[in-house]
Amino acid sequence: MSTNPTNGGEALVRALECEGVEVMFGLPGGAILPVYDPIIDSSIRHVLVRHEQGAGHMAEGYAHATGKPGVCMVTSGPAATNVVTPLADAMLDSVPMVCITGQVPLAAIGTDAFQECDTTGITMAVTKHNFLVTDPQDIPRIIHEAFHIATTGRPGPVLVDIPKDIVDPVNPRSAMTWYEPDSVPMELPGYHPQTDGDPALIQEAAELIAHAERPVLYVGGGILKARAAEPLLELAELLQIPVVTTLMARGAFPDSHELCLGMPGMHGNYTAVTAMQRADLLVSLGARFDDRVTGRLDGFAPDAKIIHVDIDPAELGKVRQYNVGIQGDCKVVIEGLVDITKKLGSGAQADRSAWRSTVSGWQEKFPLTYEQSLPGDKLKPQFVMEQLRDGNPADTILCSGVGQHQMHASQFWRFDHPYTWINSGGLGTMGFSIPAAIGAKAGMPDRRVWAVDGDGNFQMTAQELVTATVEDIPIKVALFNNSYLGMVRQWQEMFYDERFSEVHLSDHVPDYVKWAESMGAVGIRVESPEEVAPAIAKANEINDRSVVIEFVTDARENVFPMVPAGATNSDVVVDPSQQHLLDDTGGES
Amino acid sequence: MNVSSASPRWHTLVATVENKPGVLARVAGLFSRRGFNIHSLAVAPTDDERFSRITFTVDIEGTPLDQVVKQLDKLINVVDISELNPAHSVERELMLITVEVGEYRKELMEIVDDYRAYVLSEGDDRLMLSWSARPARLDELEERLRPFGIVELQRTGRVALPSLDN
Repeated sequence: MSTNPTNGGEALVRALECEGVEVMFGLPGGAILPVYDPIIDSSIRHVLVRHEQGAGHMAEGYAHATGKPGVCMVTSGPAATNVVTPLADAMLDSVPMVCITGQVPLAAIGTDAFQECDTTGITMAVTKHNFLVTDPQDIPRIIHEAFHIATTGRPGPVLVDIPKDIVDPVNPRSAMTWYEPDSVPMELPGYHPQTDGDPALIQEAAELIAHAERPVLYVGGGILKARAAEPLLELAELLQIPVVTTLMARGAFPDSHELCLGMPGMHGNYTAVTAMQRADLLVSLGARFDDRVTGRLDGFAPDAKIIHVDIDPAELGKVRQYNVGIQGDCKVVIEGLVDITKKLGSGAQADRSAWRSTVSGWQEKFPLTYEQSLPGDKLKPQFVMEQLRDGNPADTILCSGVGQHQMHASQFWRFDHPYTWINSGGLGTMGFSIPAAIGAKAGMPDRRVWAVDGDGNFQMTAQELVTATVEDIPIKVALFNNSYLGMVRQWQEMFYDERFSEVHLSDHVPDYVKWAESMGAVGIRVESPEEVAPAIAKANEINDRSVVIEFVTDARENVFPMVPAGATNSDVVVDPSQQHLLDDTGGES
Repeated sequence: MNVSSASPRWHTLVATVENKPGVLARVAGLFSRRGFNIHSLAVAPTDDERFSRITFTVDIEGTPLDQVVKQLDKLINVVDISELNPAHSVERELMLITVEVGEYRKELMEIVDDYRAYVLSEGDDRLMLSWSARPARLDELEERLRPFGIVELQRTGRVALPSLDN
């Protein structure tokens, strides 16, 4: 657009351009129609999705991969309710995202009009903030405020609900006089995110760390949001303290680093879980003591003092009481810790050699493992994941759905770079991976993007592969098909006496190869181990279309280690082949 | 000095919020979805019409007060929030109460005089009274009127400001 907008619809699109939006994901409909007209002339690339949930997850995937806010736009009513899931997902995983929804005209609000719903009311609990715009003159300012709120402090989703009459040029109510969004003051008297940590507390934390004999750096997704992977590496190496990376932080610290213990929590590896459990100090950096990490809370890390760093003050002390709580941006605080640690000098640090040797002893004794398949067995999902890892460069972006394949991916992939792992951690949204992968690929077109998915997940959002084809955003999908809702099956096997209730999907339908082909993708079915690597290599040679490889996997395979629900992390169950080793280590501390 | 009438598990919070549609819903929704309990709530615009002031009495049994304050403070429309120290604040609440007069008008009027309550409306056999005081004193008056027969009762929820003697 060249001339200045004169109505709310044009102003909305121009304001998005002014915020630097390059790609948005959406689907038009009645109430948002007037905004879709100026889209034709906009510099913004609009990706037309097949379902509004897809638009939301694509915006999330885009944001995860690029660090820029993801943007989606949908119409009123059912379209708005369809983005509720992605909004909740973005809320729990602190994903910066701006969602524009159409709304019925102002005069019709509250009358049960066609495709009306109380979008701001419905989304209040799943957004960082939302707006109902009532005056077109406010549109540039509110769009600027929305991006500001979404991207600063603890990031999160912001929704802007826009009634049709104020964006429709045929309606006189839409008239407005254009101004640049950042040329007027924001009207957010209650929003002042604090990023600087208190220097006295940082000093106190550095001293507490220096005295710790069994410390662990407990690293969460906040490190990635704060772009703090580099200072984290410096801090860890300076202190020589082992690092665990939560499900949301995989890649924030390189898995190949000798100090990296991998993922803690319910399906974390033995060493990461046990190191936290036996630690005398946990330094929590952008993590939130999620129940999947802590297990039974009253038995979690019983001897550990806590340093908790988070940009959200409400996280400090929410779950676990801290000894030093620092509100601040992780990057700023870690840089402060590095400075003070250097000043203290290496002589100030406690002797941690015994701790390091204990930890490496666990690593040697309890590596991730699984039983190889016997001839005639279906594929082992762990084997497929290893082949996928070995067949791709380290900067490949890996997106995941939710369930066993997600845990296997987090366990068996090697994450050596930040922003290469995109998954739904907090909300656990099945169907996340395919649209998230499309969003990531749209934002990073030069990178290879793989989605790992389960068959249950795939059937929830696979239609977005049509979007990928039509919009020329080719992704690769590794579909782990065990014909079951595998994680639920695992729980029923372990905790419900193998009484399998409503977890078997089907051994026969759908035909995933035909389904993939019908959506314009290449479909490949793999059933034997020797076909796995060649199929992955073949998929990697195809760059003009999406590829779906269906790996027919063994439904009997479970995810280990596992901390059963309600148990403490001291009761971690390892792979059956290692369980006898655990019994030998009972007295070790 | 005013001694808080509330039980120790009740705390008084005062918040300055933007005076905009939906703000009360955001505050109330937060309480409900995080499992916090509100005992009483009073809200009205301040002298600056851009802002409203909310006085909450919260039941913090089971939820640390700190968490309630921090979560409320995260709401974009909440400009400021703090706890009022009961030792250094003044609390008042208003009650309207309609009671049966019956054959005990004399005894009833003695109570009205005793508490310096106002008679706002009079019927043949009913009186409507108004009284503002510390919440515990309202409880007390309510109990003294109960034997006459309470027809209707409305309390406003408490409002509070810091006292000037600290």
